[in-house]
Amino acid sequence: MTEYPIQRSADGVAPVQEPMRAGFGRGLLEAGRRDERVVALCADLTESTMMHMFRDEFPKRFVEVGIAEQNLVTVASGMARAGKVPFTSSYAAFSPGRNWEQIKTTAALNDMPVKVVGSHTGVNVGPDGATHQMLEDIALMRVMPNMTVVAPADSIEAEKATLAIAASGSPAYLRLTRDATPVFTLPETPFELGRAYVLREGTDVTIAGTGTMTYELVVAADLLEQLGIDAEVVHVPTIKPLDEQTLLASARKTGLVVTAEEAQIAGGFGGAVAELLSAQLPTRLLRLGIDDRYGESGSPRELLEAFGLTGQHLAARIEAFARGALATAGAGSASA
Amino acid sequence: MNPAPLLDVPELKAQADRTRISILEMLAAAKSGHSAGPLGMAEILTVLYFNVMKHDPADPDWSERDVFFLSNGHTAPVLYATLAHSGYFPVEELLTLRQYGSRLQGHPERTALPGLENTSGPLGSGLSQAAGYAYALQHIDDELHRFTYVAMGDGELNEGNIWEAAMFAGKYKLGRLIGIVDRNYIQIDGLTEDVMPLDDLRAKWESFGWHVLEVDGHDVAGLMSAINQAKAVAQKPSVILAYTVPGKGVPFMEYDYRWHGKPPTPEQATQAVAGIRQGAGA
Repeated sequence: MTEYPIQRSADGVAPVQEPMRAGFGRGLLEAGRRDERVVALCADLTESTMMHMFRDEFPKRFVEVGIAEQNLVTVASGMARAGKVPFTSSYAAFSPGRNWEQIKTTAALNDMPVKVVGSHTGVNVGPDGATHQMLEDIALMRVMPNMTVVAPADSIEAEKATLAIAASGSPAYLRLTRDATPVFTLPETPFELGRAYVLREGTDVTIAGTGTMTYELVVAADLLEQLGIDAEVVHVPTIKPLDEQTLLASARKTGLVVTAEEAQIAGGFGGAVAELLSAQLPTRLLRLGIDDRYGESGSPRELLEAFGLTGQHLAARIEAFARGALATAGAGSASA
Repeated sequence: MNPAPLLDVPELKAQADRTRISILEMLAAAKSGHSAGPLGMAEILTVLYFNVMKHDPADPDWSERDVFFLSNGHTAPVLYATLAHSGYFPVEELLTLRQYGSRLQGHPERTALPGLENTSGPLGSGLSQAAGYAYALQHIDDELHRFTYVAMGDGELNEGNIWEAAMFAGKYKLGRLIGIVDRNYIQIDGLTEDVMPLDDLRAKWESFGWHVLEVDGHDVAGLMSAINQAKAVAQKPSVILAYTVPGKGVPFMEYDYRWHGKPPTPEQATQAVAGIRQGAGA
């Protein structure tokens, strides 16, 4: 197991909270300093998506395209053909929500290293409501050949992910959130595109999270321990390409898998894991996330509670699933 | 370094005929594809690749080249024929159009074939791609001597993406971006002015901050002149409304929108090719 240091205070809560997009803003600025080919394009949401730090240091390499998401990514495609590494940002509901075909044709199929940065994903958007809560983006982007899909766990990882996709030479989608979320990774915590990480080893059940859900699973794992369930926590920041080896090894060990995401489970991260397991290692699976409905207005925390996605809710759902699996256990049970 | 030949007016006319013949032959061999648009655009592409643009078929990614983006990707046959006759790949390969394993995909795929600057087909995105390229040259890299060209169909001006790009190019005064609209007044469901009226096109583009030129799209000297005028306008992007005849050069196709999306049969192609050869006095 790779060493995966995380930070937590004595009461188990992450010491600080910060929006992931802040990490993106820092990462983009650093990417711009490292590589003069990096340019940034925004659709009238420069400060919302935290591109302003880059804009202020590199005004010549920042392009305002106005409220025009189709133009945003297609202009970026043309700039990439001219040798640039363009980062585009908007709310995910609009990009990739509105311009999926343009991303497919002019970035992915055309093999241009356009970076689509979707801020404001999940129910974390809160009061803005269902229109602005992008829940379908993982499904939309991961079916696209030649696309990398990354959902960092916190702002520190978002910064690393930004630098990684800047250097990848390929089109990529980066999934961010608006509201502050717990910062629990550290500058020295590893991050590589395409790698999943075991945060906590366990034997009874694999609980795999992406994006904001990984932290909630860390909390859930503590609660599960008190309930006598030894959970293995796997963090999967890169949804495509999926680190199949790490996931399969964990599933083989525990015989029981739960996925958690702040997105539609249909076609989302849970969908990806279901495809993997059903094809290579049929394993009982519980997918937690948003189940075929839209979000609504509320505070981010209220909504996570309503959807059963806080650490406490996740622990309860995972416990019920694990106990049910134990009760009906055959081969490969959680008691092994 | 610019091995692409520079042809004069009579030679350009002859090349446009050769391009048309290739279009007919490749479409007949493919048994599917679009006829009217590619035939109508033969002079436009010929003037660009055989006179106006600085490019090197032996070095498609030459850093000093002018670039051409095809936005209405369904007219791929005219681009393929032009690229082949320019020397980017063997003319014989044109007959593989739309076949399994061919580099000549039904709609252009940049990664498949040298000489292509973009992947297109879904309409409305090429102007944005060209604008992005032109923006990088003009405002980031200060390469003011290179020009970016883009061909659009008139039907695709129905797409909102085009007008987003038009606004963008106008705002940023992309003076080295030159658009050419194949104004043939047809689209799949009929005449453009019946399906979704586009006129007054000049007024539309002008109101978006563009310099507008109008020209007979089959007049090679007129096209050359219009492009040179457009190149001289440095403070605004330019668009050339090139009035063309859909199916140009093939009497039984001309002006008939039903030829937008279908190929000639081998017999029809033979007849059409003979007609072009006869018209050229060949």
